[in-house]
This record gives sequence, structure tokens and C-alpha cells, in this order.
Amino acid sequence: MTKKQEIEHYVAPYDEGVSFDELPDSEPTGRFRLSWSGWLGASIVAFWVFIAIFGPALAPLGENDLPFPDDYSEFQSPREGAWLGTDVSDRDILSRLMYGAGRTIGIAFAATVLAYFIGVILGIGAAISSPRVDMVVSRINDAFLSLPTIMLGLVVVAAVGSSIPVLIVTAGVIYATVVFRLARALGQEIMVMDFVEAAKVRGEGRWWIITREIWPNAAMPLLTDFGLRLIYVILFISSLSFLGLGVQPPQSDWGSMVRENLGALSYGQSVIPVLAPALAIATLTVAINLVVDDISAHSGGKLSKRL
Amino acid sequence: MAAAKKSAKKTAKKATAKKAVASKAAKKNTATKAKASAAKTSATKSKRNMDDVVFEARDLRIHAIRDDGSELPIVKGVDFKVRRGEVVALIGESGSGKTTISLSALGYCKPGLQFAGGEALLMGENVIGKTTEELRESRGEKVAYLAQSAAATFNPSILINEQVTEAPVLHGTKTQEEADAKALQLYKALELPDPENIGSRYPHQVSGGQLQRLMAAMALCGEPDLLVLDEPTTALDVTTQIEVLKAFKGVIKEEGAAAIYVTHDLAVVAQIADHIVVLYNGEIKEAGPVDTIINSPQHPYTKRLMAAIKPLPEAGQGDGSSDDYLKDAPVLEVKDIDAGYGKSSDGKPKVMVLKDVNVAIERGKTVGIIGESGCGKSTLARVFAGLLPPSEGEIMLDGQGLAPDLKDRSREELKKIQFVYQMADTALNPRQQIKDILGRPVEFYSGLSGKQRRDRVNELLEMVELPLAFADRYPHELSGGQKQRVNLARALAADPEVVLCDEVTSALDTIVGANVIELLKGLRKKTGVSYVFISHDLSTVASFADEIVVLYAGRVAEQGPTDQVLSPPYHPYTRLLVSSVPEARVGWLEDTMARQESTAGIAGQVQLTEVGCPFFERCPLAIKGTCDTTNPPQRVDKNKHVIECHRELSELGG
Repeated sequence: MTKKQEIEHYVAPYDEGVSFDELPDSEPTGRFRLSWSGWLGASIVAFWVFIAIFGPALAPLGENDLPFPDDYSEFQSPREGAWLGTDVSDRDILSRLMYGAGRTIGIAFAATVLAYFIGVILGIGAAISSPRVDMVVSRINDAFLSLPTIMLGLVVVAAVGSSIPVLIVTAGVIYATVVFRLARALGQEIMVMDFVEAAKVRGEGRWWIITREIWPNAAMPLLTDFGLRLIYVILFISSLSFLGLGVQPPQSDWGSMVRENLGALSYGQSVIPVLAPALAIATLTVAINLVVDDISAHSGGKLSKRL
Repeated sequence: MAAAKKSAKKTAKKATAKKAVASKAAKKNTATKAKASAAKTSATKSKRNMDDVVFEARDLRIHAIRDDGSELPIVKGVDFKVRRGEVVALIGESGSGKTTISLSALGYCKPGLQFAGGEALLMGENVIGKTTEELRESRGEKVAYLAQSAAATFNPSILINEQVTEAPVLHGTKTQEEADAKALQLYKALELPDPENIGSRYPHQVSGGQLQRLMAAMALCGEPDLLVLDEPTTALDVTTQIEVLKAFKGVIKEEGAAAIYVTHDLAVVAQIADHIVVLYNGEIKEAGPVDTIINSPQHPYTKRLMAAIKPLPEAGQGDGSSDDYLKDAPVLEVKDIDAGYGKSSDGKPKVMVLKDVNVAIERGKTVGIIGESGCGKSTLARVFAGLLPPSEGEIMLDGQGLAPDLKDRSREELKKIQFVYQMADTALNPRQQIKDILGRPVEFYSGLSGKQRRDRVNELLEMVELPLAFADRYPHELSGGQKQRVNLARALAADPEVVLCDEVTSALDTIVGANVIELLKGLRKKTGVSYVFISHDLSTVASFADEIVVLYAGRVAEQGPTDQVLSPPYHPYTRLLVSSVPEARVGWLEDTMARQESTAGIAGQVQLTEVGCPFFERCPLAIKGTCDTTNPPQRVDKNKHVIECHRELSELGG
């Protein structure tokens, strides 16, 4: 069949040989492209990921080394030897920031992945289960959801003691409740679509319906939410650290750096020591949001538009 | 508790106080506005005498903005005028730009579109380029818009009257009392039941057809100069459509408003329009008075639209499917089916939807199931498919018992019965390519994979007349008609014996729908597949089905070979359905309204009754004391033609 024939093939024959073809709903979608703001976000994220991985190797000084060991040098403004100034214990802010990046981003990422692992499995599971199972799981989830996240985190960490694994599991479980809600709602919405019923009528098993019919449609909105959730977890970990229950000194992480150096605001030579880690948190969260915006705009399906 | 109550009271008091202030301010505002508008009206009135053009499009151009910033022309230079008291119909298929053009009268462009040139003059003023504030002034006052779906237009939690009178009160052209009086007058003009009280109901408390008319009241309450109607009857049953059309026509004449009527249905246009503008791909192909266009279309596209008008449902239109595939036992059969939703304590469904239904589908034949919405058509299809196990009765496949529940059926049995959904949009997984949508059933039922599977997918695409290149596309990259073909191909992929088609052409344009029907006919001839064809569109069923089942409120009203169901003797309900299908003839509406019995209007509430004939309240031939108290007997005409009615066959004929 020639190309021309192929095109005319699906156009109804028409007396004078002129064809009036039907128009598709939308043009074939191109590859995923970032907008300029998306590019900006992506490069900032890439920068921080690079620092997180190679920061300790590239840092000018060790995490707890003193740039000016002979001076009394608390809260110095930036100068040679300490490009972002010094902190409350005379240490180099720049080096600590680079060491802390890996911890902050790593803990948050691990916790978010954990939250998704638990939340998605239980959420979609609840959506396709019998109403009774769904009811029980959802009410337990609601009970957890009703507790303020920071309070819950404080209680757990205070009881078990703070360490990085405890932080990851605590944040992961706390945010799994939110993910559960979202995954369950998405699952329920997709469950009632005709194409899922068509699969059931075809005789497909439960596993096929979850993995091939529901998951591909839920993945995009969930991915969009993953970015946002990551931000919440970063802020959560930072808040815990700020309260002194997160990453323990002398280890550094961005949240605890803000807390340690609060004094710089009132009696330091410069505000950079407290501003630098705060800005690091802010730039990372904003950058992730910019990328997420682009992804959600591109995925464009009806479900993701509503989110 | 008491404290809470107290504080609640306090807030309530505060709120009323605030409201009083607000209403005072509003009144003041209204007064000044009313004065202004009075001045305006007199000004426009004098203008009216000079020039009665209400709306004019001058070389109107609208472009879509693509993602990469380039522009795609959607409306390519359109000129037309709407004069006072005149209804101009914009007609064309989806994608022709008709809705986009009609919305320009409101100075509105859908997101992603922008005005690229020309003028849209409403009462002599160009509305393009006006600010939102300025447009708000004219909307609802000078121009009103009626959307396709009344259900989506009304706010479900606000009383109808409040919504109907909102625009003129908000614009300050009427006080609440004046608006209420106007609304009441409109309810009466639109022949709504109980006009005094219908306004104090909520939208879900009235029927679809009533809501559609209430939407007209909402639009007309502000006495706009121009009314824009976007497919207001497309989603309605024929019986409802006729009532709504009549009400629209009467009220437009009475109010002396001008209207733009957007539709793809020429038969409807012939009833209501004075002028027709035929659009294709954003250009006017032909325009002129309704008589000229309907009776002697000039442009080939108009001719094609006219040719696509379905013939009236009459006997003798069926193509006569072949008898080659017939066997002793019908391929699928249901016997004495009762079905419904929910479960009450005695094991019977809470809401009964189907009662005593018997249908047999022969090989290579088509059974059409017709009736108004809510009569149980789709429920019957779900019973066949095993999605809704019946509470009574049995299902037979090839003369053998079939499990009522889908879960208990074998893969071989599932393969034989395939379901095609009405909305291809939701029936196709948006995240799967066409080759996977079609490939999965091929793999699932016949175990083919690799090249064999690919070949079979190509074969299926050819079968439904789609280019093979579509295999790599996603559903949203196809048009509505093409998606429906894929939807159909998926059912055919199983190599089924029966295909259940639930309103498969209802959401498609006339021409596209006709092509799909042609395709179904061809496949029936080639493969010997049987169809259960569910539709509220009698014309389509008449041209296609070998046997028709007329359902009313879950009971079979009439059943038999197509030619006999569509010729006398008729069940009174069948007669109502047949006579309500619009003809593309000017004056048909008036003729029919004069003929049709006044009682047989819109279904108020279609409900399955335990005793008596459910059609009793609407039936012009009802016998009081008999029809409402005893079940109608089955009257057998020749050839398995059965009518359930208390009247004798001789009374139902002629």
C-alpha cells in the first residue's frame, strides 16, 4: 500500500474526490523538553547532587577542621581561607555545607523512597481490596495522619535516640501516610475507568490490572508528588535537626547548621554563616519544584492535570 | 456545647448584619445601575430601528498556539450576521471551529487559542480586545451562553431559582422581584411542570430535559440581545429533544431574541434555524436561508452532510444480514432475566432494573436494544457480559448454560463474548500504545507472540480501516472516530462470537458514526459475528438490526423482527419513539407537535413497577383501572413479534 493510499484509506469515500478527514484530539506528543525554568531547576538540582556525592572530597577543609586555629574566630565574615565565613565553633562554613549536603539530601531521598514504597503498595492495595479491608487500613492510616508530623517525630526520636537510620525510618513512615492517601485516591479513580473493567471482562488477573492498567496511569501523578514530598522530608529533617534531635553534632547537616549558627544573627560579624545553609535548603526545594512543574505539565493526562 | 451554640448564633447575627449592609449597598448600586441601563436600553432601542444586526463576525480569525510557540489557524476568516429575531445555525463536524466561533460572541477564547484578526461585533461594538471587566458587563446582559450539558452548568447545591435569576440581579438590570416574575413567566413559556414551585428545587430534583429548559430560562432571564446555544439537545433522548426544541423555539420567538445555534445535526437545524452557516475546518463552505440549504445544497461538503442524515426508522431498511452462519441454537440467549443493583435481605436486588427479559441472539445476526435513557439497556449488556449476575433467570451460550458471574467463566467463554464501550476515551488505556491495546487480547486469548502477534495487530487495524502506522500511537493521538475503531478492534482481537456494542456511535459525529456502522456491517458479513447493538438512536438500529427489543422501565414493551416492530401494529411507546425522530424537513416539528398526544411527553420518572404497565402515565391509549393495576398480556403478532399491551392488536394498528 502506498503512503497516499494509506492515508485515504480511513477517510470515507466522497463523491467529488475531496476528502475531509477527521482531526486527532491532539498532535503526537514530542519528547519531554524542559522549559527555561525547568533547566534552571535541573541544573541547580544537579549541582547539589554533585556536591552531595563529591562534596567531602572537594571540600577545602575537613568537617571539623578549624581554618584559623590560632585565632578566636567565631562567626567570621567571608575571607580568604573561609569563603563563607566561620561558625559558632570556629569551623569553616563552606566545608561543613559540602559535607552536610550528602547527609541532608541522602536522608531525605532515602526516607521519601521508603515513604513511597510503603504508601503506594498499601494505597493501591487498599483501592482494589474489599471495602472492609480498605476501611480498616484507611482508618489506621487516618489515625497516624491526624498526629502532627513534628510532634510524632520528636516522640519517636526522643524515645529511640537519634541516628541516621532512625531518622530515615521515622520520616519514611510519617510521610507514607500522605502517600497512602494519594495512591489510594488515584487507584480508586482509575479502578472505575472503563479500560480497567475491559481488562476484567477479558479475564485478566489482579496482578496484571495493578501493574499494567493502574500503575502506568498513577505513576505520573505520583512522580509529580515525589518531588514535592522530597521537599517536605528535607524540611522535616531540617526541622528535627534545628530542634537538636536530627543529625547529631559534630556531624553537619543543613538544618542543624542553621540552628548552631543562629547566634550569628545577633552578635556575629556577618549573617552569612546562618544564611548559607538556609539558602542551600531554599534553592534545592525551589529547584526541585521547578522540575516537578515541568514534568506535571508535560504528562498532561486528565488525571495529572487535576493534581 | 451551649457555648458553641451561643457563638454560632453570634456569628449568624453578625452575618445577617453584614448582609443587610451589603444588600443596602447592592440596592443603591442597583438603582444607579438600573438608571444607567434604562438609558442604555433606550439608546439601543433607537439603534435597533436603524440597524437590526445583533451580532456580526467580520473576517474573524482565531489561532491556536502550539507548545513551541508557532500558530495554527483554527478559524480562517469567517463572515456572518445575526439579525434580531433570527436564529443562525453554525453546523459542522467536531473540529470545524463552530464552538470557537460561537464563543467569540462572548469575547471569549478557549485556553490555548487567541484572536488573530477580524472583528466580532456585538450590538455594533467589537468585543475582541475588551478587558475582562468590560466583557463581564455584556455577558449575561447582552449575550448569554447555553452549554451542552445542563447538569454541568447548574451548581448542585444552590436552588434553581437563585441561579436562574442571578445574572440580571447581579448586573442590576432587574430587582430580585422583577427577576423572579420574569423567571416565572419563562417557566410557563417553557412548559415546565409546576412553574410556581419548580424554582425552589435543587437541580438534581428535576429531570434532564427539564434542566435543559431551565438552563434556557437562566439564559433568557436577563433578556439578552443574543443567545448562544451550543448543542443543547445533542445529549438528549429523541422524546426529550422534541420537547426542548419546541420550548426553545417558542421562547426565542416570544422574546424576540437573536440566537446562534451550534450543532452537527441537520435535522435539528431544519426545525429551529432561519439561516444556516456550514463550516468545515474553520472556513465557511456555504451559507444561506434554511430552505435553500436543506432543499438544494450547493457545496459538496453540505451535500455530504445531507447524505449522512439518517433515514427515518421505517420497515424495510435493514441490509438483510446473511443466514449462512445460522445454527440450531442461538449463540447467546437470556431467559426470564431479573436483574438490579444492591442486595436486600431476601436476596433480591434493592433496585430492580430488569424484569422478565428474554432475548436470543442468532449467529451472524444483530439484535438492537432501544429505549430512553434509564430503561435498562446498558444493564442488559452488563448481564450478558457477566458484570452483573442476574437475580433470576439463566444465560445460555451455544445452547449451554453459562455462569452468571464473570469470575466463574472460562477463558474460552470469555473470549466468545466481547464488550465495546460507549466512550472510547475512557475505554482505552491512555498509557498504552495501540499495538499493546490490541496485542494483549491477541496474546491473552490465542497465545500468539512476537511476529505472529504483530501480524494479527496489523490485520486488525486493516479490518477496522486504520493505517498500520497507528500501531505506535497513543489513544489521545487519534480522533474520536478512530478511537472508536480501535475500541472495536480490541473486541475483534478476541475473535468473538458476540460483540456487545453499548451506544458505540452516540458520541460520534453523524458521518463518522455512519462509517463505523458500515464497518460493523462489513464485519458481520465477513466473519459471521453477532451483535447486540444498544442505542437510543432508532434510525441507526433500524438500518442495522435484524431484531429489535424495545425496553421501557426494565420491561420489554415490544420485541420482534425489525421490519415488524417498525410497522403497525405498534406498542404505544414504540410509536412515540418512532414519531419523535426528527426529519430534516422545515416544519416537521410543528406537524409532529400537532399530531402527538400531549400526555406522551418527557418521561418524568421511569420506574419499574411491580404491577401494571410502567408506561401507563404517558400512554395515550391507557385504560384506567386496567393498565395501572394488572400486568399487560403478551400479544403475539406473526413471526415472533410480541407486544405487551392491554389493547388488542387491532387497536394498536394503523
